[in-house]
Amino acid sequence: MRTRPNYAAGAAAFVWLLIIGIPLYALVNTAVQPQTTYTDKGPVSLPSAVTADNFRTVLDSGFPQYIWNTLVVAASTVAIVLALAIPVSYAVVRGRGWITKGVFRLFLLGLAIPSQAVIIPLFLIVNNLGFYDTLWGIVLPTAAFALPVSVLVLSGGMRDISSELYEAMALDGASPARTLVKLVVPMSRSAIATTSVFTALQAWNGFLFPLIMTQSEDTKLVTLGLYNFVSEYGANVPALLAAVLMSALPILVVYLFARRALVAGLMGAGGK
Amino acid sequence: MVSATTSRPVSKTRARDRAAPPTLERPGVAWAIPGLLFFLVFAVAPMVGVLYLSFTHWDGLSTPRFTGTENWSRFFSDSQVGQSTLVTGILLVGNIAVQAPISILLGVWSAGHQRNRAVLSAVFFLPLLLSTAATAVMWRQLLDPNFGIPSTFGRLFGGTTDPLGTQQGAIACLVLVTSWQFIPFHSLLYQGAARAIPHTLYQAAAIDGAGRVRQFFHITLPQLRNTIITSTTFMVVGGLTAFDIVLLLTNGGPGTDTSILPFSMYQTAFRTYDYGYASAIAAFLLLLATCASVLLTKLSGYDKMTSTLEGL
Repeated sequence: MRTRPNYAAGAAAFVWLLIIGIPLYALVNTAVQPQTTYTDKGPVSLPSAVTADNFRTVLDSGFPQYIWNTLVVAASTVAIVLALAIPVSYAVVRGRGWITKGVFRLFLLGLAIPSQAVIIPLFLIVNNLGFYDTLWGIVLPTAAFALPVSVLVLSGGMRDISSELYEAMALDGASPARTLVKLVVPMSRSAIATTSVFTALQAWNGFLFPLIMTQSEDTKLVTLGLYNFVSEYGANVPALLAAVLMSALPILVVYLFARRALVAGLMGAGGK
Repeated sequence: MVSATTSRPVSKTRARDRAAPPTLERPGVAWAIPGLLFFLVFAVAPMVGVLYLSFTHWDGLSTPRFTGTENWSRFFSDSQVGQSTLVTGILLVGNIAVQAPISILLGVWSAGHQRNRAVLSAVFFLPLLLSTAATAVMWRQLLDPNFGIPSTFGRLFGGTTDPLGTQQGAIACLVLVTSWQFIPFHSLLYQGAARAIPHTLYQAAAIDGAGRVRQFFHITLPQLRNTIITSTTFMVVGGLTAFDIVLLLTNGGPGTDTSILPFSMYQTAFRTYDYGYASAIAAFLLLLATCASVLLTKLSGYDKMTSTLEGL
């Protein structure tokens, strides 16, 4: 629509490209260098000797297991959040009375509960439920703290379903359960996608819960594996940065094959 | 809250038995109960627990011993708490001041449908693929005084080779690294919102002779109001919980210079096993977050429960 290109904005975007690009270049470049080259030339150099040794070091140190654990945690968290947040949002949007309003307000308030602030009692609860050092110990609290945003996003999406469609369901004599399955869920697909993407990334990013709730090798997540990797291989910077790259591999795959869905999903978190 | 769990599902089957007009059965409160219970157990109960524990002495093994307001009087005379609060506040303000303007501009820019903007946006997204832990580990190495970027391009960092070595430097690094990681997310929110602005508004403004800058300030910014609030909420909550980045990038240092509230709470609880006092710090954090949340939901009007489409 616009007639002349915005050169100032283009220049600024180029500067931003450098800010994003140089560190990422340094990351990839260092990860494929032998350590001797790194200590000689630093992270921002032209690659002279390329090696896959660093990735081998990372693979041998248990990373595949950590990545698998993280995938399990992310998938379980998303499943629990959807199973709980969809009915809650449905009740909030379609229900009547002060109780459903109160439920919504409670979740809104929960939007700003920092998980850090309640980690001590949470640790106690997880311990008493017998979930310490299990993946459940990470999944359950992560899901609980993903609920407020999910309820907000889902109820936002459900509110946009027109009342004519509900009336049509009424003509069919549909029960609330049938209305949910046949109308509400299909019509709020994009909100469900947003919730899933956002929750999965939360689980993926989680650091505090794995740090506090687990201790053994079998239950270690990628983020924690990276943290331990620092103390173990601190001096071997190329291996460390190879580990950083490996930790991003699964999302990178998602990004390459489903970029639109991922981007659209995250965008939805902002509402309108 | 308890009343919600005891009330039974409301059934209105009678409505269907009568002939006309058909009214749709509304879902009862029962639908919300599983999610509500789950949230109560894993999020609300711990909040109450934190308040209780802040009045006790507890080493994590024995039973918590009630000590009245001992933790709290210690809290208010602890100079480290004052410093941590100050640094938390500085980081919060710094993060918003750096991230909000850049995110808005980038988001609005990338909302355009030009081909080069689409390609660059795909690159700008990349930092989001790294977890916070990965980002912090990466930057820790890139900022290394001996081998990192500052040793090669010292002038970019004001001549110092160790930007993490001073308090100001460490705080600046925390802000910049956080911004590097999260600006892509926030600009994505703005990109989505900017695309939803009706085009007719710009056409009308163009007919009135408003230039690009005027259009930005008089159409784009006001239309982005809700997104600004949402994005700021994310920044505030993220700022109050920015624990992993501090642990991995500065480890609270130099000394305790960047030991923000969540970090000093973690140290007190899980390093020195003083869970009672740590709970007092946690309760304070909770109070700050609740105030911020109430303020922001009031501003955004989320609590009015209206359709987001109604404004259009």
